[in-house]
Amino acid sequence: MATADEIAEHARLADIRQRWWLSAPALIIIFFAAIGPLAIVLLYSFMVKGDYGDVKYWQFSLDAWTNVLLERDIFDETLSIADAHLVILWRSVWLSFLTTVATLLLGFPTAFFISTRSEHRRDLWLFLITIPFWTNILIRTFAMQEVVRNEGIVNSVLMALGVINSPVQIMFTDWAVLFGMIYVYLPLMVLPIYASMEKLDFRMVEAGYDLYATRLGVLRRIIIPLVKPGIIAGSILVFIPALGAYVIPRVLGGGKSMMLGNLIELQFGQGRNWPLGAALSITLMVIVTIALLAYVRNAMRSGASHGH
Amino acid sequence: MAIRARRSFSIKTQPGFTTIAMACFFLLYLPIATLVVYAFNSGESVAVWQGFSLRWFQSAWQNSLVQEAAWRSFLVAGFAAALATICATMAAIATTRTVNYPGLTFKYAFINQPLMVPEIVTAVALLIFFSRIKVWTGYTGIGYLVLAHTAFCIPFAYLPIRARLENMDLTLERAAADLYAPPWQAFRRVTLPLLTPGIIAGFMLAFVISLDDVVITEFVKSPGQETLPTYMLGQLRRVVTPEINAISAAFLALSLLLVTAFFFLNRKKS
Repeated sequence: MATADEIAEHARLADIRQRWWLSAPALIIIFFAAIGPLAIVLLYSFMVKGDYGDVKYWQFSLDAWTNVLLERDIFDETLSIADAHLVILWRSVWLSFLTTVATLLLGFPTAFFISTRSEHRRDLWLFLITIPFWTNILIRTFAMQEVVRNEGIVNSVLMALGVINSPVQIMFTDWAVLFGMIYVYLPLMVLPIYASMEKLDFRMVEAGYDLYATRLGVLRRIIIPLVKPGIIAGSILVFIPALGAYVIPRVLGGGKSMMLGNLIELQFGQGRNWPLGAALSITLMVIVTIALLAYVRNAMRSGASHGH
Repeated sequence: MAIRARRSFSIKTQPGFTTIAMACFFLLYLPIATLVVYAFNSGESVAVWQGFSLRWFQSAWQNSLVQEAAWRSFLVAGFAAALATICATMAAIATTRTVNYPGLTFKYAFINQPLMVPEIVTAVALLIFFSRIKVWTGYTGIGYLVLAHTAFCIPFAYLPIRARLENMDLTLERAAADLYAPPWQAFRRVTLPLLTPGIIAGFMLAFVISLDDVVITEFVKSPGQETLPTYMLGQLRRVVTPEINAISAAFLALSLLLVTAFFFLNRKKS
């Protein structure tokens, strides 16, 4: 005879089983069209490159991984540092970092501004931030191109004002890529900071002023520490996609200001070096994962110190 | 010592912040506004204004490549968003309103995984994987695009549906069961109607995300399978005419419509 406990246990297991069946389609699709193929990328990074793209199956080598940082001289087979790759790797990290800092400096005051509006006005301002966020990245990049081109707004205005006589070349430089990334990723910084700022208890700020704190003091000692989770979340949300940026450097940077994403694409296109492309992809993923882990650790620590 | 009375000291301001915020809003909209304005230019240039005309909208509308790419974009986005919404709804039901069970955390991580990996890496992975399958099966159709889009749309569709479910308690479903409704009927008559706003929001989010995708599409598509964004990316390398502005403006209007609808749909709930 089944006891009540056994029946309850049986029902619990049936429930869990049913829940697995229900989530199966989502899990299977994500496995086949997102997670599973990543394992193939890892495998490919250890294979010998094919002559016309693809790889030579089941011929393994570490060439691709060596090629990430080193290059083999085609004549005497000696290894030297692959300057071109290092420059691109460094540019990716450096520009992503600058983008994060710039969006933070612009986004923090913007989030503060929105969160200090009256209740029903806030939605409107927030909506204004959300619209560019949902606008196709290509359209925004293209719009930025209109601004920084030689015949674009910046140059036209500067020339009309007589500041410069001939157009300043911004397109196809790191500056164009940086401007493009700041422009595209700014909403990603504002939204999480706003989410934190919205919960900010302004009585704390008032208390600070009552205790003769200066505006800067209140900002530095009260507001920033309280919205720190939002700042960190925003920074990570900007930094990670910036690292993997592809469209922005392709359109605004061209061949002269490539980032890691473009270098990867090159290996699958003209470069015909799929294993190297795979190794570079894994490199990018490792950097992103490190950034994410740092974020999780930081978030957990600040969560613990605030007691929630 | 004289105490200087400060007039209207507001605790909700910081020096310069409003200026920076206004500058941000201005800078966010200036490039888009310029883009849209030049879509109405009558000349060939995207920089010199030569008068108002709708000729570029007309030429984009009649361009068979644009028509085809737009149609394909909608087809892929429609199918992918529908599939993703169905999968996400089922997954959301399976992962909410329960005590923690073995595998629950795994499911969360798995479903949100497409958000964690850089798009270019997923794109490359799918290029390798699908190019192999294309050789094996000989099928090079639109199915690969739909499958790839479905995968990265699932986390977006999942988000609002899960949020909606978490705000619904089980009382009404239990009441239905008490009144001898079989589980399927209880789901169809009680759970589903209550969940509908979340499902619509999820579908719209997935649709916009799919419609916007450039990178994964660029790598997964077979030759000739341009979607609107990949078509535009290809055009940017050539001489740019206001036709691209016109396409962008139309695209923008559509996104705006969807986002506005999404915004109000979500607001009504709270």
